Amino acid sequence: MAIGWYLVVSAIIFCIGAVGVLVRPNPLVILLCLELMLNAANLALVAFSRMWGGSDGQVFALIVMVIAACEVTVGLGLIVAIYRRRLAIDVDELNELRG
Amino acid sequence: MSAVLFFIAAIVAIAGAFGVVMLRNPFYNVLSLVCHLVALAALFLLLRAEFVAAAQVVVYAGAVMVLYVFVVAYVGGADESVTHFTGGADRPGALRVLGPLFGVAVAVELCIALLGTALKGISGKGAPYVLGFGTPKQIGTEFLTTYLFPFEVASLLLLVAAIGAVVLARRRRGLEPDESLDARLRPARPAYTGTMAEVAGLVAHGDGEAGR
Repeated sequence: MAIGWYLVVSAIIFCIGAVGVLVRPNPLVILLCLELMLNAANLALVAFSRMWGGSDGQVFALIVMVIAACEVTVGLGLIVAIYRRRLAIDVDELNELRG
Repeated sequence: MSAVLFFIAAIVAIAGAFGVVMLRNPFYNVLSLVCHLVALAALFLLLRAEFVAAAQVVVYAGAVMVLYVFVVAYVGGADESVTHFTGGADRPGALRVLGPLFGVAVAVELCIALLGTALKGISGKGAPYVLGFGTPKQIGTEFLTTYLFPFEVASLLLLVAAIGAVVLARRRRGLEPDESLDARLRPARPAYTGTMAEVAGLVAHGDGEAGR
């Protein structure tokens, strides 16, 4: 398959993730949609790495995976902290971070 | 053959992505993200990125998703306060309508730009395959020579994120109602021991704890 088709799939997945971030009010699902967007970027990086025949894109895809893991860890920690305080888990009602 | 595999993997990946956005139960969201990640790993394999595909399955679909499942189970996905806002009483309606419209517009624009491009590299099948492309050996050599600094920064970032998550999610005294401590400080009192609440008839005899 031509590289362009991989990029099209990546663009579609990215847009689905962006719509999810805009539409869903649950922070857990918003984190999942962020994962979708990061994975779309990963797919584009790996496709370009195949296009040029160099492995730099794959190295950065792995680094993006590290970043995603960090983001998930901190985000889920925040959600657990919010849940402990018996607040509503809804981004429309959570508009301050003050402890 | 590779075209058939590509279309199967791409359709599963896009369907998984739709499932993440559309499904209402957070458990199903996580499971469809796992589906999506496995399909994406198949796409990586088609692009001959074997190590990235393996890391995707092991690290992402294995470890990170387990973290998600635990948090969804802890927070209690389906039944409380996570799904009640589908009606969107105080949610701005414009966002619900304009968000998908924006997404479709960006997707169409990107597809037109990608498919209608005159760039030769994008419409080709990529560079000729050389043996050893995308193997752990090559990736590891890149990481420890050319990209040593990003590698170290990434490991430091992981450490900071792990400590930060522990600090954020730990149990803090005073921030939340601590029922166990409360019960220990106020021992149960037998009935008819003359509390003011019993005299005033606020508390039924026999359940001395209830009125406080």
